[in-house]
Amino acid sequence: MHVVTFTRSTPDTAAKVWVNDDGEVTWGDVATVVNPWDEYALEETIVQAKNGSGESTVVAIGSELHNDALKHSLAMGVSSALRIEETGLDTSDSLVWSALAAGAIRKLNDVDLIIFGKESVDVGTDQHTYQLARRLGWTMLSYVSRIIEADYAAGTIKVEKMLEGGKQIISARLPAVMSVMKGINEPRYPNFLGIRKAAKAQIPVWSAADLGIDRPTAATSALRYLNPPARDISTEMIDGADNEAKAAALVERLFEEKVL
Amino acid sequence: MSVFVWVETVAGAAVSSSWEAMGAAQSIAAAIGSDATAIIFGENSAALATDAGQIGAANAIICDAEALKEYRLETYAALLSKLVHDRRPAAVVAVATNRGRELLASAAADTDSGLISEVIDLRVEAGAIIGTRPAYAGKVLMEMTSHSPTTFVTVRGRAFPAPPGDAALKPLIESVAPLTIPAELDTQIEDLVAEIGSVNLADAAIIVSGGRGMANNPAAAPDGLSGEDANIRKAKEGFANTLGPLADVLGAAIGASRAAVDAGYIPYEHQVGQTGKVVNPDLYIACGISGAIQHQAGMRGSKIIVAINKDAEAPIFKLARYGIVGDLYDVVPALTDALKERLR
Repeated sequence: MHVVTFTRSTPDTAAKVWVNDDGEVTWGDVATVVNPWDEYALEETIVQAKNGSGESTVVAIGSELHNDALKHSLAMGVSSALRIEETGLDTSDSLVWSALAAGAIRKLNDVDLIIFGKESVDVGTDQHTYQLARRLGWTMLSYVSRIIEADYAAGTIKVEKMLEGGKQIISARLPAVMSVMKGINEPRYPNFLGIRKAAKAQIPVWSAADLGIDRPTAATSALRYLNPPARDISTEMIDGADNEAKAAALVERLFEEKVL
Repeated sequence: MSVFVWVETVAGAAVSSSWEAMGAAQSIAAAIGSDATAIIFGENSAALATDAGQIGAANAIICDAEALKEYRLETYAALLSKLVHDRRPAAVVAVATNRGRELLASAAADTDSGLISEVIDLRVEAGAIIGTRPAYAGKVLMEMTSHSPTTFVTVRGRAFPAPPGDAALKPLIESVAPLTIPAELDTQIEDLVAEIGSVNLADAAIIVSGGRGMANNPAAAPDGLSGEDANIRKAKEGFANTLGPLADVLGAAIGASRAAVDAGYIPYEHQVGQTGKVVNPDLYIACGISGAIQHQAGMRGSKIIVAINKDAEAPIFKLARYGIVGDLYDVVPALTDALKERLR
């Protein structure tokens, strides 16, 4: 059996990100990290491949920037890595992204399960995960908080997924696309041996032609990036003789603000 | 070229945030000289169509078939995609709930349409729909447009007001048949566990949040526990017995910082921040939260932020409209009492 996960390099969540004078998004010289949500997907990919005595592959779509995330994934223990790059294509468009991803999955040809992190913190969306499932015609299992059982020989899986007001237990047939939540596991840290192996790894790069598909066309365009309007916050520190006085003063202000 | 609005339902009732999508759809419809069409699947959809009409939908397309009684991505996406394919609406709008996100993304892929997700502002320029959406957890904004005949849009909860409504309005209701459903779907729902009484963070008008400071509960550590185990117990009791009563009196949801979740003080469902939920309530009360960038990313859209922290230098105060320097275990009970007095 074969489990595939997708990842990307993103700025660290603690990094300052802004739009520079040229209208480009930048985070200065801060190093990128693996998209934080993907750490759970990587861990689950390694665990499921081991449970099913199968192999695991991590795929990134886009520029060399994402090699760092792929190497981190290899260092964690994913068996192989792959990057898809098609020069001049806007892979931030989710239809372009999902067409390339579907091409990669079809070319790999033996995939049972695709595991995503909940979303990408850079573009801030998860739409590409659902769109990949549609393009493949596979079952989508979103917001999975626990894999209860998976029988890869029989091609069945049972999961717990989070809803806005509760949890649902779902059983499904494989192949399937899944997105996993934080808390599904405790992502491992790469060990020294893994890091050394990953450093030496040559990561193949495939184009649309290599995948045997036409160059997909984008349905959306990013027109421009903006810094959010500076919030004019004047902080009023509330003081008083004791906690009761402070609390009463705060309640007064909140009524004036009409938020109560 | 109407504007479709998917009205999300649970057990035959509309999810209240659906009407916010109606407000967003009407703004597009007005700009392109069209109208809004409510799309309602599942039980009770005829009655909900009447409600949608009063909120401003000129038309409603409903499907009250048994096969669509409960939300399932497979059946709902198949019918929505067919309706979009046959009728080519200018746009399809829904609120970016878990279901809204997956349903619209799926139908957009089926119909090769552009999707602009998690939009906080919409405008139409020369016939093109332009959505403004946060990226990098709101650290930057991006403006996006779509080139396809139909533009799919998911709007962030609480970003668009629901229209006031007019009881005299009546929509044109059309009932459609479901698609042929395979005898057995690829997924089966085995069990559903609803969290009774919990307030959904994304919909909450008021959120009370706790951070690392929750561990400074003066209640003595239970016997036999020390170190981090004692902190976990103290913080859990603090969430239940100190923040809980404040949330109850305000009708608020309980949030938490990543530090508090990672330390095991409260389950992940409550996490606000870049790797938790992004919220924008009217009032956000941060208790014992220092205000790391990762947390700010999740709550800086709140209308009024109140910070309660022992450390006068905590970064959270820079974001707050009102601040109180003090121990949350002293200030919060006093605040709860003062509110009980005023809201009685």
